[in-house]
Amino acid sequence: MSFLWEWLVNPAHWQGSDGIWVRLAEHLGYAAITLVLAAAIGIPLGLWIGHTGKGRLVVVNLANGVRSVPTLGLLFVAVLVLGPVLGGDIAFLAPAIFVLVVLAVPPILAGAYAGIESVDPSARDAARGMGMNSWQVLWRVEVPCALPLIFSGLRSAALQVIATATLAASVSLGGLGRFLIDGQAYRDYGQMAGGAVLVAALAMAVDLVFAVVQRIAVSPGLAPVRTSRRSTRTRPVPNPA
Amino acid sequence: MNWFLGHLAQVGGLLITHAILAVIPLVIGLVLAIPLGWLAHRFGWLRTPLVAGTGLLYTIPSLALFILMPLVLGTGILDPLNVVIALSVYTVALLVRTVVDGLGSVPDDVAQAATAMGLGGVRRFFTVELPLAVPVIAAGLRVAAVSNVSIVSVAALLGIAQLGSLFTDGFARDFLDPIVVGIVACMVLALVLDVGILIGSRLLTPWQRTRGAA
Repeated sequence: MSFLWEWLVNPAHWQGSDGIWVRLAEHLGYAAITLVLAAAIGIPLGLWIGHTGKGRLVVVNLANGVRSVPTLGLLFVAVLVLGPVLGGDIAFLAPAIFVLVVLAVPPILAGAYAGIESVDPSARDAARGMGMNSWQVLWRVEVPCALPLIFSGLRSAALQVIATATLAASVSLGGLGRFLIDGQAYRDYGQMAGGAVLVAALAMAVDLVFAVVQRIAVSPGLAPVRTSRRSTRTRPVPNPA
Repeated sequence: MNWFLGHLAQVGGLLITHAILAVIPLVIGLVLAIPLGWLAHRFGWLRTPLVAGTGLLYTIPSLALFILMPLVLGTGILDPLNVVIALSVYTVALLVRTVVDGLGSVPDDVAQAATAMGLGGVRRFFTVELPLAVPVIAAGLRVAAVSNVSIVSVAALLGIAQLGSLFTDGFARDFLDPIVVGIVACMVLALVLDVGILIGSRLLTPWQRTRGAA
């Protein structure tokens, strides 16, 4: 345990271009780019599927199918196939982001779709009865009611992306995974364990931030729904990478 | 395809190791999650700490958990036991919530009828409540099985041999064939486990079929 602590508290390990702060910023950078791209694809598509009821089966099968693809293998294939085509500085970054997006879209999509699906039909009927058109029903009733599940989709996607971004170091990218991979190469267990603690702490911190944002963004009127049995069962299941 | 035919024995061996590393944690996780889920279901105040506590373990990325296991267990970094225990932790984390949901799905009047028939707490749990919770628990077990298969392959980065070793070998040699064979083998294994649990669940709940036919 002492070597782990010594590695973490050594100020030299926190500074410089390969220090902990820079690696942390890289890790968060990969995760942020991925989540923005995945949300831009997954949320509109999920809302559309939930609202129209089209393509339901495709979503369920897609989410399950992607879960069974081994992340590490997909990452290596993407880098080997896309890397030479792209060349230059983005030869590793672009394929890695692509894989992260592929993994992050299904939970976001499933969350948005399940959220709209779980909206009380009487609320939808009431909105129509008040004379709202389809677009207004979606934005003023369905989306606010679906927010808890949309957020849990984003949250499990974020966790998955933080976990998978750790593997990016194995295709010579940065991020906190560098300490895990380099520590292994140099037989420096203090560095490996220190990096692992940082990755775990980052994942928990990100999860906490999402929980707080969710609490602020979701209408208080919906709060009890989250703990009801019905909503826990339709909740998209997270998947660590 | 040629590479695969030439390395059948090697792929087969790795597949078996991979299956063992994925399935043992599934069994350990299920055996631990049932009593924990029962506690959370029976004593309401335990529900939040148990579900939230195990959920917190689930947020730890797998590579980090594999690396931290030796600190807890005193094992070497190459010990497959690290993978088995780490995956058991994930499986418990996922299944405790599922078992609580499953037991919660048993109708109250059924549990009361069992009590009225004179079944004690233990017998009522094993002969009435647990069997009725099987479909929900099996659904959680399928998710755990499929994600375990994917997570095991990450351990190849630490040098623990299984199908993931095909990924690291292929990547190191800039050679796609072993990687593709490894991915397909992982997906086939996940599918087999998924279908196996589904069939097991159907066999354990014959009443669901008759209800469907009626």
